[in-house]
Amino acid sequence: MSSSDVARQPDPSRSLSLSGHVGFDSLPDQLVNKSTCQGFCFNILCIGETGIGKSTLMDTLFNTNFENFEASHFEPQVKLRAQTYDLQESNVRLRLTVVNTVGFGDQMNKQESYQPVVDYIDRQFESYLQEELKIKRSLHSYHDSRVHACLYFISPTGHSLKSLDLVTMKKLDSKVNIIPVIAKADTISKSELHKFKIKIMSELVSNGVQIYQFPLDDETVAQVNTAMNGLLPFAVVGSTEEVSVGNKMVKARQYPWGVVQVENETHCDFVKLREMLICVNMEDLREQTHTAHYELYRRCKLEEMGFKDTDPESKPVSLQETYEAKRQEFLLELQKREEEMRQMFVQRVKEKESELKDSERELQNRFEQLKRLHADEKAALEEKRRLLEDDQSSFGKRRAAAQLLAAQNLTSNGKKDKDHTALAFCIVGLLFERQTLACKHYYKMHCFIVVSTLTFTFFNRFE
Amino acid sequence: MANYSNNFCLSISLEFPGRRSASVHLRPLFYPSFKWPSDESIEEKQYVGFATLPNQVHRKSVKKGFDFTLMVAGESGMGKSTLVNSLFLTDLYKDRKLLNAEERINQTVEIIKHTVDIEEKGVKLKLTIVDTPGFGDAVNNNQCWKPITDYIDQQFEQYFRDESGLNRKNIQDNRVHCCLYFIPPFGHGLRPVDVEFMRALHEKVNVVPLIAKADCLTPNEIKKLKDRIREEIEKFGIKVYQFPECDSDEDEEFKQMDKELKECTPFAVIGSNTVVEARGQRVRGRLYPWGIVEVENQSHCDFVKLRNMLIRSHMHDLKDVTCDVHYENYRAQCIQEMTSKLAQDNRMESPIPILPLSTPDAETEKLIKMKDEELKRMQEMLNKMQQQMHEKDQ
Repeated sequence: MSSSDVARQPDPSRSLSLSGHVGFDSLPDQLVNKSTCQGFCFNILCIGETGIGKSTLMDTLFNTNFENFEASHFEPQVKLRAQTYDLQESNVRLRLTVVNTVGFGDQMNKQESYQPVVDYIDRQFESYLQEELKIKRSLHSYHDSRVHACLYFISPTGHSLKSLDLVTMKKLDSKVNIIPVIAKADTISKSELHKFKIKIMSELVSNGVQIYQFPLDDETVAQVNTAMNGLLPFAVVGSTEEVSVGNKMVKARQYPWGVVQVENETHCDFVKLREMLICVNMEDLREQTHTAHYELYRRCKLEEMGFKDTDPESKPVSLQETYEAKRQEFLLELQKREEEMRQMFVQRVKEKESELKDSERELQNRFEQLKRLHADEKAALEEKRRLLEDDQSSFGKRRAAAQLLAAQNLTSNGKKDKDHTALAFCIVGLLFERQTLACKHYYKMHCFIVVSTLTFTFFNRFE
Repeated sequence: MANYSNNFCLSISLEFPGRRSASVHLRPLFYPSFKWPSDESIEEKQYVGFATLPNQVHRKSVKKGFDFTLMVAGESGMGKSTLVNSLFLTDLYKDRKLLNAEERINQTVEIIKHTVDIEEKGVKLKLTIVDTPGFGDAVNNNQCWKPITDYIDQQFEQYFRDESGLNRKNIQDNRVHCCLYFIPPFGHGLRPVDVEFMRALHEKVNVVPLIAKADCLTPNEIKKLKDRIREEIEKFGIKVYQFPECDSDEDEEFKQMDKELKECTPFAVIGSNTVVEARGQRVRGRLYPWGIVEVENQSHCDFVKLRNMLIRSHMHDLKDVTCDVHYENYRAQCIQEMTSKLAQDNRMESPIPILPLSTPDAETEKLIKMKDEELKRMQEMLNKMQQQMHEKDQ
């Protein structure tokens, strides 16, 4: 049964007057007793630069000492650290989770600084959604970790918001109740503070950032809330040290020029913050988180997955039907994909096979070509050898002839030397050619000289 | 002997060959009104007269006037303009337009110069303040100091050119003499952007780090933060401006003051544009519901120390370090780059022949190989023939 169904049939109810005391006016008390027994749970997220005073303010707000350690400025990325505490005041138990950012605003490139925070908030919403969608669920004992309030610490420069502040708050305003506070406010004088607050609020408004407004629908607190809404953002000072002022010990900061009292309303807005955040509006913050921010997240998430409240014919469709339809669709899709992949695989195999066949053929061709070349070379060599043998034989013949001549003519040096000189000149020529190839032109003379000395030595060896 | 007052005097004894030795007292700059010695003292010793040199220097410098360029850097909202106004007791930033947060998301750093001429007791000072709006304000601050280093290099380059030029009469010295860097007091120490900025600039300019808006820190917190920052400066190897060592013959009081000054760095400062009434006097200060912070009260902040250091005692030293160290480094680097570039160019066209067997290309290699083979064959044939002949002869 969807909400649209209910809306179409208005309840025909009439109001009656009672003739006596029935007693159902104790209903709120019963509710209060029940919730007091169960205990309350509240989650605060503190976003601010390292050292701006987040942990100190938390300690001061809740009057305890949460174990904190100083973070370094050299964190490579923004991280979040969540710590859960159980507090008790009179008979009311509170499970408080404080989430702090670590390393926010320290990096050189802060374009991705908001992402870890957004992811954290979404994760908490997601786990609640999962719990809600379970078949066997136990919502009443579920530890709600969704962020109820986000304190954004603004650096007290006195001029305006920083660019990082604007970018981050814009990303967070639809996911969480943002309460901006001016940190370390004891560095701004009264007049500067007034101008600073006006500037901040005008920048937030002009950029469309939705910060948390204290609710005005309840008459008992409407007046005080309206006044407080006009004093946003609160300028706070935190301190866990006590200084004696007058005759009592108060939380304060001691300077050479005076003492800043944390709980003095003329010094800073700490008291107002504590009242608004904890005393008056804590329950409203939780409600807002659940009804506004969580519902928005849920709707976006389910629409992303493809669920709708009404199908194309404007008939109401239940979650289960949609879920079944989606499942069928998904399975079909899966099958189709598998088919596609199989076909692609087969095709690839075929292609690879043909490629391999081609390369095989090519190799074969090349082998035959090389063989042919080899045969040719061999034939050529054979030819050359024959020529050489011919030369040798002819030379032998000539030698014989020359010897004859020599025997006849003892003194003439005739043919041999001519042969030798011819050979020697051949060598000279060759050497010369070779050298010229290897050297630059101005070495030619040098080579020529070398070569000619070589040939003269040859001559000498012959004689 | 001497009729001069004996405070802050340096005494030198000179020996001239062939003459009687003369003893001269040099008076420092503090007493510009020089009294010529009376006649009796002239008779007593040989008086040369160059004791007036300091006074001559003083006169000339007063006539010439001084100039000083100060750069202020730091995130927006750190109180830079207020501090400059408090330091020089003027209002330099009358019509300033501050940007909104959304305009600053992608802001780049600009360089804005304000020049003023101020005069005090006849001494003229041309003061230039170089402002760097936009530093560290954008969401992505990678290399956000590049415009600043470029500006400083530009000034060095311009001076270098002027110095090497032909007409050197009116060189304008626009080099940055000092850079005040404002560290936010809201953190636990230096942040990555602070470290990177100071590292990029420490070899180009005298960096003086300051803790801004110190009225948000109690005395204990100030001490802790200063120790932390000094530690981190040493850890990251940042060379901030060091005060020169005072001479060993200065008196104890001066040495003590100097020591205190050095231990106080980085200075924690507060600035104010307004004058308030405190303890019956009108002083520069900030009015809070819980008290009044006086800018010039030494127990409230280190403003007075900064002013003394920057203006009253070390202004000239800052200029000297800029000229002697940073500018000389730049100049040497510049010249080295130029000469290495020239050497590289020259090597391309040198007529010196390279070895004959430089890598030949494939074709000639093939030819050479062929010729080699032929030569070998010819050689073999020759050997064979020789052998045959020898056999035949025998």
